[in-house]
Amino acid sequence: MEGFLAATVIASMPLLFATIGEIITEKSGHLNLGIEGLMLMGAIMGFVVGYGSGSPFMALLGAVLAGAAGSLIYAFLTVSLRANQVVTGLTLTIFGTGFASFIGKTYVGMVVPQEIKSFFRQVDVPLLGDIPFVGPVFFQQDIFIYFGYLLVLVSSIYLFKTRTGLNLRAVGENAAASDASGINVTLYKYIHICLGGGLCGLGGAYMSLVMMSVWQENVVAGRGWIAVALVIFASWNPVKALIGSLLFGGLSILGFRLQSMGIHISQYWVDMLPYAATIVIIILSSTKNKKENQPPADLGNPYFREER
Amino acid sequence: MKKLLVILLVLTLSMTAMAGCGGDTGGGDGGAEDVTTIGFLYIGPITDGGYNQAQHEGYTAVKDYFGDSVNLLYAENVAEDIQAVKTNAINMIDNGASIIIATSFGHMDGMEELANEYTDVTFLHFSGYKKNDTNFGNYFGAMEEARYLSGIVAGMTTKTNKLGYVAAYPYTEVRIGINSFYLGAKSVNPDVTMNVVYINSWGDAALEQAAAESLLAQGCDVLTQHADTSAAQTAAEKAGCYAVGYNIDNSAVAPGSFLTAPVWHHEAYLIPVIEKIIAGEYVPESYYGTMADGYIGLAPLTSLVSDEAKTEVEKVQDQIVAGEYPIFVGPLKDNEGNVVVEEGKALTTHDEIWAIDWVLEGITAIQ
Repeated sequence: MEGFLAATVIASMPLLFATIGEIITEKSGHLNLGIEGLMLMGAIMGFVVGYGSGSPFMALLGAVLAGAAGSLIYAFLTVSLRANQVVTGLTLTIFGTGFASFIGKTYVGMVVPQEIKSFFRQVDVPLLGDIPFVGPVFFQQDIFIYFGYLLVLVSSIYLFKTRTGLNLRAVGENAAASDASGINVTLYKYIHICLGGGLCGLGGAYMSLVMMSVWQENVVAGRGWIAVALVIFASWNPVKALIGSLLFGGLSILGFRLQSMGIHISQYWVDMLPYAATIVIIILSSTKNKKENQPPADLGNPYFREER
Repeated sequence: MKKLLVILLVLTLSMTAMAGCGGDTGGGDGGAEDVTTIGFLYIGPITDGGYNQAQHEGYTAVKDYFGDSVNLLYAENVAEDIQAVKTNAINMIDNGASIIIATSFGHMDGMEELANEYTDVTFLHFSGYKKNDTNFGNYFGAMEEARYLSGIVAGMTTKTNKLGYVAAYPYTEVRIGINSFYLGAKSVNPDVTMNVVYINSWGDAALEQAAAESLLAQGCDVLTQHADTSAAQTAAEKAGCYAVGYNIDNSAVAPGSFLTAPVWHHEAYLIPVIEKIIAGEYVPESYYGTMADGYIGLAPLTSLVSDEAKTEVEKVQDQIVAGEYPIFVGPLKDNEGNVVVEEGKALTTHDEIWAIDWVLEGITAIQ
């Protein structure tokens, strides 16, 4: 059981980074469906830089920059040129997938250098790691995962307890009013779209550098889409995103555990569960109609100052 | 003006993306008169470290053997649907191809339609069962022979007496592999049991890895796979366990875990059959290559394999090559207790073996 839960935490990490990235993006009023592509761009650039330099920091920096650069294209198209956000996001997914395959062509089957492998080895947290049950599950993991916990904390505080976080949410709720109150809407949108993209890139890099540690084509395999669903599941809250990622990550590996224990349940049923859960959550949150569970009011609307 | 710019940018972006993920067609230049143009269709990338790479090694061997007298084309990521197969193949035929080789099971129906439409082109299909009398044949191999040998290695390496098998689909070809691998292990280690996890995909690195990890968590210490990538081998290496690969020799990818792998030598069939086609002597057939033909083989055993296991494998391999060692010998029971091969009988013909719809006693697997 502990083994399963510890594996769940690992499986949930790419989802967590991508989901928080998308939450930050959507809080600025932009729906970015390019997560899958951004994750793949981060995965390949993290791998390429890590493979070339042998430095874990350079690898992570490469992943963040790749994700941010990808979403900069998106930001330019949707913020400055006011292109349709859905179409642009989808295009970005196709672009990112192709980009990763193209760059990754010569890297397929190559292994992450030993320096990076040992940097992301299991490190037990003193004291916390000794707690029975909770310790082995949450605090005997690699350093990337601890960074994930920290990200949940920092992004929650940032979004809900700081002035810039408040401004960001205001931009997402009503760009015109924010503009009138003196917030630089365009700057906020650009920064947070790129920040969100960078986090998606990190999620992808976790898969290529730590989980697989071998470059394989299309490592992300649809997790970007699950992250889109998770944002709604989490009702734009990083803490709920952690819970959702753990749930979805757990369900994604549950089927194999059941199979290898000889429990007869169709893999298709297990694969369906996360999506069925999302539908249930969407129905529940829409019937409850609580204000804080709603998407940012200006989500998906391009902002024209002239049309104010 | 701005709108125009937006449209242009989105178009450029999507064009770049299309170019990135469409099946790239690579290959030689060709053009001379007595040059035969041959097109290969692959389901994945040729550098996947497994299935497609093995297919492409066949391509490379054909190229080396025939040199300038052939012009080879290939297309990667050809989906398993009729439209994708036809689009890629017709593109190759327009470029002068007179032989089309498709290498994934799901390419079969597209190949059948093409064979009816292009009667002057020869179509060869790997892993399918359809053919006609004039220009469409299929080929496959007795992978069970090499699987059995790799099972011997696994059976002599395991310390927990528990093997793990990452499998694609609960389908005949996969079951043949599962059973023959297990029989090999059991022949040297009567206490061995095996757990199978189906991932419902031919190749998905992340799924293969997750499946491998679940098997390792169950105490399996030697893994093998019937899936396209090397993920099971790297997962085993991380856990300090062992792995038997599949399709190609992957000792460089996971040197800490890799024992051996049952491998394909596609050129052993492709070179003679292409010679026949060029000479106009080809008659469509269902080729089933064996170890004796050199079509199936075992990757060199690495230094992780014990000397006893090496001797045992060599002994059995000689008998298999001599045709004196059937793999499925009764009495055999399936994991529901039914007798599937009676005492004194053995499955020897292709049709008998390809009727396997059970997994053996001692194997945990859903059906």
